[in-house]
Amino acid sequence: MVGTGRRCCGPSGATPAMNCRAEVLEVSVEGRQVEEAMLAVLHTILLHRSTGKFHYKKEGTYSIGTVGTQDVDCDFIDFAYVRVSSEELDRALRKAVGEFKDALRGSGSDGMGQISLEFYQKKKSRWPFSDECIPWELWTIKVNVVNLANEQERQICREKVGEKLCEKIINIVEVMNRHEYLPKMPTQSEVDNVFDTSLKDVQPYLYKISYQITDSLGTSVTTTMRRLIKDTLAL
Amino acid sequence: MDTDLSSQDRKDLDKFIKFFALKTVQVIVQARLGEKICTRSSSSPTGSDWFNLAIKDIPEVTHEAKKALAGQLPAVGRSMCVEISLKTSEGDSMELEIWCLEMNEKCDKEIKVSYTVYNRLSLLLKSLLAITRVTPAYRLSRKQGHEYVILYRIYFGEVQLSGLGEGFQTVRVGTVGTPVGTITLSCAYRINLAFMSTRQFERTPPIMGIIIDHFVDRPYPSSSPMHPCNYRAGEDNAAVYPSVEDSQEVCTTSFSTSPPSQLSSSRLSYQPAALGVGSADMGYPVLFAGGLNAAHPHQVLLIGPGKEGGVPPVPNQPAHGTQADQERMCTPLDGVYYSAATPSSSEDTETVSNSSEGKCGSPHDLLETIFIRKVGAFVNKPINQVTMANLDIPFAMFAPKNVELEDNDPMVNPPESPETESPLQGSLHSEGSSGSSTGNTHDDFVMIDFKPAFSKDDILPMDLGTFYREFQNPPQLSSLSIDIGAQSMAEDLDSLPEKLAVHEKNVKEFDAFVETLQ
Repeated sequence: MVGTGRRCCGPSGATPAMNCRAEVLEVSVEGRQVEEAMLAVLHTILLHRSTGKFHYKKEGTYSIGTVGTQDVDCDFIDFAYVRVSSEELDRALRKAVGEFKDALRGSGSDGMGQISLEFYQKKKSRWPFSDECIPWELWTIKVNVVNLANEQERQICREKVGEKLCEKIINIVEVMNRHEYLPKMPTQSEVDNVFDTSLKDVQPYLYKISYQITDSLGTSVTTTMRRLIKDTLAL
Repeated sequence: MDTDLSSQDRKDLDKFIKFFALKTVQVIVQARLGEKICTRSSSSPTGSDWFNLAIKDIPEVTHEAKKALAGQLPAVGRSMCVEISLKTSEGDSMELEIWCLEMNEKCDKEIKVSYTVYNRLSLLLKSLLAITRVTPAYRLSRKQGHEYVILYRIYFGEVQLSGLGEGFQTVRVGTVGTPVGTITLSCAYRINLAFMSTRQFERTPPIMGIIIDHFVDRPYPSSSPMHPCNYRAGEDNAAVYPSVEDSQEVCTTSFSTSPPSQLSSSRLSYQPAALGVGSADMGYPVLFAGGLNAAHPHQVLLIGPGKEGGVPPVPNQPAHGTQADQERMCTPLDGVYYSAATPSSSEDTETVSNSSEGKCGSPHDLLETIFIRKVGAFVNKPINQVTMANLDIPFAMFAPKNVELEDNDPMVNPPESPETESPLQGSLHSEGSSGSSTGNTHDDFVMIDFKPAFSKDDILPMDLGTFYREFQNPPQLSSLSIDIGAQSMAEDLDSLPEKLAVHEKNVKEFDAFVETLQ
């Protein structure tokens, strides 16, 4: 089922653009830890890929708003992470992760799936061609859900997953630190092609989240596109 | 070579590096305070948020950092280091982490200072925020309190990693190339405390491994003192640092999508930090109290030791007497330093307000309990006590404090302020909040050991121990007393014949009732 709304480009991730870098992270978690683990990783990535709101002034200058941060403690994992202080962003991520979690649980899968966070730029095309979306960074988190037998194993899993997530955060920071390609800072007319300006307190780069569930045969049965930018429905 | 860099760019770059260093220290210390941090995003730039990030400035920390830097900037061979260590209630201490901000010679001439460097420094700070939650010391610092406290120390110069034990690990937070060199931020952390992170810290010395006694030999170039990574909240202001806005430079983040030559440079109204020296010269204890002040919510109550020289422009002395009353009250820290989280994140708000637990101290150990250098390992002998706990016995600080603490214990004598927030934590964490020191310094570390195990402080203002004490001797039940019991028995016996007569009259009704039950 492909997402509704104006089609912006082909299936994301299938044919990445030439300079789209791709990073893959893998985690094994218990069912109830899926949500928190995914949120931790996605929020950490978006922390680095969000700026304050731009305010354009005359002469082509602009000023940038302030990004606040807050600590989040996980309930099912011995772990804490920092996220951007934006309720809208948090809601959007929670919604996507919730759907992913339900899909993982619901389908005939054996608990394997992946969730992808893609940052892209829009390139306006002339009519009748629709705008092109050019991804420039793709993060894929592969999830393997394990089932545990008793409380002792769960306790160990809490700690182990916490340690694993620490490693993932370090990996993410390492990638961010490479200072590789980032879209050029846009002019006022172009800002919506680079940033998601729909949030009222922060401004992340344009992104979309999608996920896939793998069934026990190893083939992907569901590809769902969810657009999390406000201009989805151009009807 | 600086010849390629315009003087304006050079000035901007120096400023960026300076404030980056100060913000780095803030992030690290705040991450070790033991509580959750929450700051608010703001869509309109305020002009005082460096690097477009809402990082509060704890004045005392800024002051310490500036003191350590002494007007210099990180350069080759001169790194700014923040050392995080742990100190138990028995006086044992151990270095946990060293965060290093270094500069190397690799220059990037092409990079644009006021735009790219600034944004990359901002990204590096975000990475620092993320990484500070990931090292083992974070979880330890969240559990600090009555068993141990986390201290910080800032020094400038050569990095000293010897205190971290064998096999320490390093994580690189990031690098930013500039025309004058490459800034590197990294953390070296001890790993053989991994076992501590999952269970409560135990007071068994052998487990701690090799403990380096800071207080005897300090090989570091600058003998900067250790400071506790937590606060004490008070109500009134005895010593006040200038508010945050006054004490730091203002930055405008104004960027241009056109070539850099058109970029309007930040308007700077630099106001030299007129910080009261407070305990700076002495170094400690840097007890920090954020109180709600009508004038400015960011003002900080500094409770420093009595100064020997260089009287600070703030009235330390007169405040001491009243601090006994003030220190009991711990206002929620979130009212002072951190914007309340937005309503929907209620759990965070609650946690932030709850996390002020442990940060209030009982009054007497606040001040000026001066310890001499350790004689032998881990021995603290108080030589001078200015406060009411002025006992003549050795190890007075560790003597049972029940007498004074009971008086000052806000649970026993409820404070007047309606804003009391878990003040019991204050008394319990007194040792925590005051622990700071090095070498020849103050260690007002007090052990309080009447806290019963497993009691929770964050919901009810009364804990198990107090409840138990107060209700230990309830009055006897009246029905159990012999006299009254005997009287009622006699009355019962007298009234029996009448009752029997009534029941016999209603036999038929009773029978009918019994029928319905079958």
